[in-house]
Amino acid sequence: RAMELPPSHFPAARAAAVAVGYLRYLRGGPGRGLQLRELRRARRQDIDDVGHKYYLELELEDVLDKDRTVSCTAEVLYPLGSQTSAPDVQVTVQGELRSTEEADQEFYNRIRSLQKELVAENIPDSHGNVPPELEPIHLLAWVASGYVIWQNSTENTNFHLAQVKHVQQVKRSDEDLQFDYVVLLHEMVSQEVLPWEVTVLWHPRRGARVSRS
Amino acid sequence: MKLILIFSALIGASLCLETFVGHQVLRIKAKDEEEVKQLQLLESLEHLELDFWINPSAPARPVDVRIPAASVQSVKAFLESQGIDYSILIEDLQDVLDKEKQDMAESAQRQRSSSFDFGAYHTLDDINEELDHLASEYSFVEKIQIGESYEKRPLYVLKFSTGGSNRPAIWLDAGIHSREWVTQASALWIANKIASDYGTDASVTSLLDKMDLFLLPVTNPDGFVYTHTSNRMWRKTRSKIPGSVCVGVDPNRNWDAGFGGPGASNNPCSDSYHGPSANSEVEVKSVVDFIKNHGNFKAFLTLHSYSQLLMYPYGYKCTRPDDYAELESLGRAAASSIRSLYGTTFQVGTICKTIYQASGGSIDWSYDNGIKYSFAFELRDTGRYGFLLPASQIVPAAKETWLGLKKIMEHVRD
Repeated sequence: RAMELPPSHFPAARAAAVAVGYLRYLRGGPGRGLQLRELRRARRQDIDDVGHKYYLELELEDVLDKDRTVSCTAEVLYPLGSQTSAPDVQVTVQGELRSTEEADQEFYNRIRSLQKELVAENIPDSHGNVPPELEPIHLLAWVASGYVIWQNSTENTNFHLAQVKHVQQVKRSDEDLQFDYVVLLHEMVSQEVLPWEVTVLWHPRRGARVSRS
Repeated sequence: MKLILIFSALIGASLCLETFVGHQVLRIKAKDEEEVKQLQLLESLEHLELDFWINPSAPARPVDVRIPAASVQSVKAFLESQGIDYSILIEDLQDVLDKEKQDMAESAQRQRSSSFDFGAYHTLDDINEELDHLASEYSFVEKIQIGESYEKRPLYVLKFSTGGSNRPAIWLDAGIHSREWVTQASALWIANKIASDYGTDASVTSLLDKMDLFLLPVTNPDGFVYTHTSNRMWRKTRSKIPGSVCVGVDPNRNWDAGFGGPGASNNPCSDSYHGPSANSEVEVKSVVDFIKNHGNFKAFLTLHSYSQLLMYPYGYKCTRPDDYAELESLGRAAASSIRSLYGTTFQVGTICKTIYQASGGSIDWSYDNGIKYSFAFELRDTGRYGFLLPASQIVPAAKETWLGLKKIMEHVRD
């Protein structure tokens, strides 16, 4: 019942992008940037009155730890009439991702101890540079955009984070860090580059939560 | 008496000089104060125009002196008659100077060639300057203008031709979408690579001995300038669209191949707007006219970024081209060559299956106009940096891409 799809063709690639977005939201952080190394296998099942379900086998890497990869299976269900609801995504990560406890705590302490709220723009810059101290902010933007991409994807879209246009830290009275992002998302099918406002709350133990402004 | 005679001989030997031909540099060793005095006497004879590099001062120190050609014999006769030891440091100063000048010129040549940093992103002006430099440095490289952009910027093509008359030719363009900066940058590196490899690399030499190559590194200069001055994410041309506040047409939806069909927008504000009509964009029309007038192109290759794909027609329809088997096989071979360098994987396939259905694309037009070997490359990366590829990756991207292009060109040649 499930049709085998060539991984090099776009339907599988688009579903993989959704899965990666979801995974970044779920497991990413200032110390971990998940990226697709290879889409190993893809199948599609058309479920009557429900939608199209993609079964994917992915190989992922952490951009901060490229010697290692981790395997992952994902199911991406695009509901019928998909204008209104986000695809449903289930993922299983096989194996361990490198621990980011130390890096996370270091980042948390650094930001908490800033006198002035952090502000930055154009990450990366026009030439692809990211200052090392802003890399965690960049990776947190992947988390934020991962959520947005997951929530807004259809079988006719393929989103990638093009650039962090602007980021503003907002100091909070509770223990979370808050960053208000304006990210540019590149949608490959239409070729549009669209600005998106998204707010991320993050804590070393509680992880990331996204709200949109 | 003898001394007077010799001195008068020396006086007679003075002359006016323009070069240093025949000038010798002697190293003189005075054994005692007496000999030092003799040398100081020699020094005082201004008409000899002796040029002491180390003046006579004490017996311990050697005395180095440059002697004009006409005075050389006289001075040596004087030194010998006084029993003063000397040796010849420089036989002919002009020879030494000529060699030094040549060394400097070669070094400057190398400096100039490597003064363009291929591993950095450049402005349009800098790129055009480098095109001039390549054309002046290599006799078989010529910069030609095939037209003008909407905002009247010249469209410069580098023509690589070692002779013949209208030889079968290969077309290579980059930067049709202005935000894809790694493509213009890679095109420059590739141009330099081909030029410098001719005569030393067997494959490139054989290629240029049989075929001509036309390389357009900045197909959309208006858009490119705009990405530098205003909006790094600009893709389209900068043409004004009648009846709209929005600017620009997607130049890779503007070709006469399934024009206006699926995969292109009729909304002027869209980044994939196909334009009011096929070839409405002067940047596209200039290339079309050039290729049609030439009449002997065998390959049409175009660089885009990002996604790491190697594609062949069609984009405007999802059916396979007649030459599917050959193009697929050649594509795979090229992707394999690319991967051999750094392990970078490119997916191979038709545009329609690999990326999306898209009408009005350049390689569909070229293919339907008889140019069989039509390929579109999407260079690094796969989305981590996307359009904002770090400059440190320009040269690696260019190198691996070149291997893929070369594979295709070799097939076309043979």
